[in-house]
Amino acid sequence: MPLRYALYPGCAAKGATPELHQSTMAVIGRLGIEVVELAAASCCGAGVVGEADPEAALALNARTFAQAEQLGLDVMTICGTCQGVMGAANKRLKQEPAVLERVNRVLERDGMAYRGTVQVKHLLWIVVKEVGLQRLAEQVRVPMDEFRIAPFYGCYILRPSWDLGFDDPENPTSLEKVIRTVKGEPVAYAGRTKCCGFPIILEKEAIAITMAGTNMKDAKDEGADFMVTPCPLCHMSLDIYQERAGKAVHANLSLPILHLPQLLGLAMGVPPKDLGLSRHLVPVDSIIRVTEQRRTQQRLA
Amino acid sequence: MRLTFTLTRFHPERDAHPRDEDYRLEVNRGMTVLDALIRIKNEQDGTLSLRYSCRSAICGSCAMKINGTEKLACRTSIRKELERHGQIRVAPLGNLPVIKDLAVDMSSFWSKIKDVTPWLSRPAHNSTVQPSPQSTSPQDSDQFHNVDACIMCGACVAACTSHEVSRDFAGPAALAKADRFIADPREPQAAKRARLVQLEQPHGIWDCTRCNFCVEVCPKDVKPMEAIIRLRRAAIEAGLTSTGGARHITGFVELVQKEGRLNEALMPLKVIGLNLGRLLHVLPLGIRMLLKGKVPNPLAPPIAGIAQVRTIFTQLRQRTKPS
Repeated sequence: MPLRYALYPGCAAKGATPELHQSTMAVIGRLGIEVVELAAASCCGAGVVGEADPEAALALNARTFAQAEQLGLDVMTICGTCQGVMGAANKRLKQEPAVLERVNRVLERDGMAYRGTVQVKHLLWIVVKEVGLQRLAEQVRVPMDEFRIAPFYGCYILRPSWDLGFDDPENPTSLEKVIRTVKGEPVAYAGRTKCCGFPIILEKEAIAITMAGTNMKDAKDEGADFMVTPCPLCHMSLDIYQERAGKAVHANLSLPILHLPQLLGLAMGVPPKDLGLSRHLVPVDSIIRVTEQRRTQQRLA
Repeated sequence: MRLTFTLTRFHPERDAHPRDEDYRLEVNRGMTVLDALIRIKNEQDGTLSLRYSCRSAICGSCAMKINGTEKLACRTSIRKELERHGQIRVAPLGNLPVIKDLAVDMSSFWSKIKDVTPWLSRPAHNSTVQPSPQSTSPQDSDQFHNVDACIMCGACVAACTSHEVSRDFAGPAALAKADRFIADPREPQAAKRARLVQLEQPHGIWDCTRCNFCVEVCPKDVKPMEAIIRLRRAAIEAGLTSTGGARHITGFVELVQKEGRLNEALMPLKVIGLNLGRLLHVLPLGIRMLLKGKVPNPLAPPIAGIAQVRTIFTQLRQRTKPS
């Protein structure tokens, strides 16, 4: 019996990080997940729409939830920021009937309504809790045991914890559990729950890249071979801006950054070309060389 | 139960670097971290420095880093910390200079509070403008109640990720304090505007990344980041829309309203505008992204059902801003 969800890809996975969408679609089948993509869903607002107009941000998300509700499915996110924003919006819509009623008054003009029955879950949480680490372990074909892997959570999948309720924000463990299950060694470092700087990277680049650079340098200093993140906005900051971030903190970083499903895919033996790894600005050759060697050895054996 | 407490010790005049020191202590049920620290100081090592006073989460003196997170030692149960982290490590607040051991120098914290003029302005004597009301209604004071609950413990500033890399940032505590005066009906309109003009300067409201650390660690539920967001909204509503931060918000909303989604190919133009120098600065990254297939089609059609999205914005605007 497959687990079924309404996939909310979010803007980044359909825009500047298409490899996130590609790799998600390449791995979910092996984990027993089926999805219906919410093709007509809008942007979640990323916290930015809410800064200007909180009610509009709630209504946008209620519209998305109503679409999932019609399908009778919970929402699966693949972006830490979407998870934070949509989780908080959903909580508010469910707990405050007056807010839900106001929002529904706007939606009903188009014949829509949200009844408040949907749950919003990030792929990371689904893998840990609903697929289960046991099933993931059974699917591992290429153990990642040669790698020290730095988990980078980012902000919105952890804080504020009362809107999320999955990981302990002081001591999150879900990424570490996934890393251990694919036989990698999680790296403990100061930056794993800090901010990547992305929300202000266009207007305050110096601050943002120093934040990103400091976190990557911390990870590198603790011996990380690469980093994995459940948020494509963090990915943009850490990958696209890495060269500049390295200069800002006077370090040669060359630290590959993987999206969560790319790590899962490599470990489950999905061919690298199906994971969009060539789209990164920081090359991931050092990882692929090892995993491909393993795959060839297995084929020969 | 006998427990080990690992405390960060540092005497800047004598030590080159901070060091960890372990203390073993018999603890009882219900003890707080502050209880343990006081006993360690009294019974084992009188040279340990820490700051505390009320022991009841009112004075805000004993904020420190407990197992990596900014907390009031007097309010932190040893048992719960142990359950959560399996150890007790105590260090001084980050982002502030250490005076000795667990006591930090709060002067920069206080000067940033002062910089936001944390008192009501008086209208000029010869002012012809309508005088502001002299009192507030219960609904008004509800609005700034959260912010007034601040006990100035410094936990938010120590946890602030923007402040960590940019020490001139006004920071969450001072900005939350400023928001309180923007919400106060007794503050004259002109003074509110002057405050917002000051706050939109570099190191002000637009330096916050919305990382939520201040919201998470605040022991009094002040939610400083939400106060910063209210200040940003107030700045935009006051017509202060030329900063990169303000342009980020207005441009983002425009794109979502028009297309239903964000398009990363268009965001730099929205934020930077026609500033040639700054566009040339982001261009090399844009080209590298393009070569990697990471630039979305700027002419992509809107999402299915875009009319609904536009209705959401227009309906709400009509509701919130009756003309």
